[in-house]
Amino acid sequence: MTTQTDRPPRDAGRRQFLVDTLRSACGVGLFGLGLGLFSGRASSLPAMRLRPPGALPEGEFEAACIRCGLCVRDCPYDILHLADVADQDLATGTPYFIARTDPCQMCEDIPCIQHCPTPALDRGLDDINESRMGLAVLVDQETCIAYLGLRCEVCFNICPIRGEAITLEYRHNPRSGKHALFLPIVHSDACTGCGLCEHACILDEAAIKVFPLKLAKGELGKHYRLGWKEKAKHGGALVTPDVEHHYNLPKGVEYDLQGKGLIIEDQAGKAKGGVPETPFSSNPLDTLNNSSLGRP
Amino acid sequence: MAANTQPGRKKRESRGWLAANRWLLLRRLSQVGILGLFLLGPLAGIWIVKGNLSSSLTLDTLPLTDPHLLLQVLASGQIPEWSGWIGAGIVLLFYLLVGGRLFCSWVCPVNLVTDLAAWLRRRLGIRQSANLSRNTRYWMLGLTLVLPPVTGTIAWELINPVSLFHRGIIFGMGLAWTVILAVFLFDLLVSKRGWCGRLCPVGAFYSLLAWKSVWRVSARRRQQCDDCMDCFNVCPEPHVIRPALKGEGKGFGPVILDINCTNCGRCIDVCDQDVFEFSTRFKNRIESAGDPVTEGGKASSS
Repeated sequence: MTTQTDRPPRDAGRRQFLVDTLRSACGVGLFGLGLGLFSGRASSLPAMRLRPPGALPEGEFEAACIRCGLCVRDCPYDILHLADVADQDLATGTPYFIARTDPCQMCEDIPCIQHCPTPALDRGLDDINESRMGLAVLVDQETCIAYLGLRCEVCFNICPIRGEAITLEYRHNPRSGKHALFLPIVHSDACTGCGLCEHACILDEAAIKVFPLKLAKGELGKHYRLGWKEKAKHGGALVTPDVEHHYNLPKGVEYDLQGKGLIIEDQAGKAKGGVPETPFSSNPLDTLNNSSLGRP
Repeated sequence: MAANTQPGRKKRESRGWLAANRWLLLRRLSQVGILGLFLLGPLAGIWIVKGNLSSSLTLDTLPLTDPHLLLQVLASGQIPEWSGWIGAGIVLLFYLLVGGRLFCSWVCPVNLVTDLAAWLRRRLGIRQSANLSRNTRYWMLGLTLVLPPVTGTIAWELINPVSLFHRGIIFGMGLAWTVILAVFLFDLLVSKRGWCGRLCPVGAFYSLLAWKSVWRVSARRRQQCDDCMDCFNVCPEPHVIRPALKGEGKGFGPVILDINCTNCGRCIDVCDQDVFEFSTRFKNRIESAGDPVTEGGKASSS
């Protein structure tokens, strides 16, 4: 009992109040720090979880989504789930689907977005083909049986935007030497990321997978300009044009880089039948003397 | 000590079990009924209410949204859709009228858990309780509104036991039960009425809506109080009772005006002397001892 009994009780009360208040504030602050750090980890966007159509970009989505599950209820195919609290990579209670097990069926009336009370799912989206839930990527050419030379095309045929989101490229099969490869090629300007292709892939582990756009797409630097597009926009060259390249070719012969290859003009002004004569002189010195590069 | 471990025993013995548990039964009916409405859809295919307590749609027309969550969405920089605004407006108006923390005792599913913990605590005679300020919840409330702009996400919703539990019951529990178990054990062993009464920011938010709410418990026949302490023992926020029950000399009216009264009506249930009743904040006149209302006693219950 050697406390400072001479201190007035009013002051002691104030001290106690301050200490109590600080205690609460510090405790809650510590808790907040933990929760804040945890919140970063809980929104790291796992590759195999896709958001419903019309979803805001990841980051904004978790800020807007109120976690009510109305989209889950409105989905007629029951593909959507709400993230569990133990789901370390996805914000608790936010909706997702897994393409491999339950892909989006691309309903024309997009019922899942109609009742969203926040901007998390864009109600303005009126064409499901405009949605971008993710992007299909042919992740493994070593196991895709189209690349092995077999006819498959399951992903191409199941695609709801068939012929646009996935096209087939025909290529020579160098292994057999006499067959064609029918290779599926995904186009990001049409692919909605519905996941029907991944769901349909016949492999044990799909060779074509849908990833969130952030993971599937590259992005040019913001300062990047494509010269030919700028040129077309401007209607002419924006910089001093390059000096035209001259090939060391005899008179009457040109070379076109963009496909036509060697062009031999008919000096007489009329087509020659049969195999054209070689424009090259039998004397190599003539070629050297003709050289435009040799000009002083 | 018997009164301590079993508040309401006296009334139960004199007036029967039903009389001593009337409001409790109605409250459980309300809590379970609301869960039932949400569950009718997924379990029986009867879609009356869709969604959960965060936001719901009743009969495909009536939107209801948790205003505390809407505030967090706003704090994170997102503007809700009109249905979100309307839903939150309806909920706000309702609780402004009936008392915000009516949500806690009549709707919130976590109340079932913390009430169980409190009951067990009484029965087991656990007296120790960590010294947590009842104002901590307002710091927590502040935290839920500061975290969204700082982290860019509704961080509180990652672990909010209220929405975790409700969502868990309706959409699948997952590991949410671990958080609920933590709340239960915290209330049972660490702090008496610790979660709902000291920490929960959801309750703290709803308590603010009770600032001028009409629907109130009144200690109208406080002269009949025989100091059995049953109401204090059973009340989840016992500090709210004292001014109304014992403050007549200090000029306090009989109506419990504290914003943290949850309108659970447990005090009405357990009081053998029929001191308490549901009333409105306007019936807060200080009546003299000779008032016919107080003399009439039990006959004038409404």
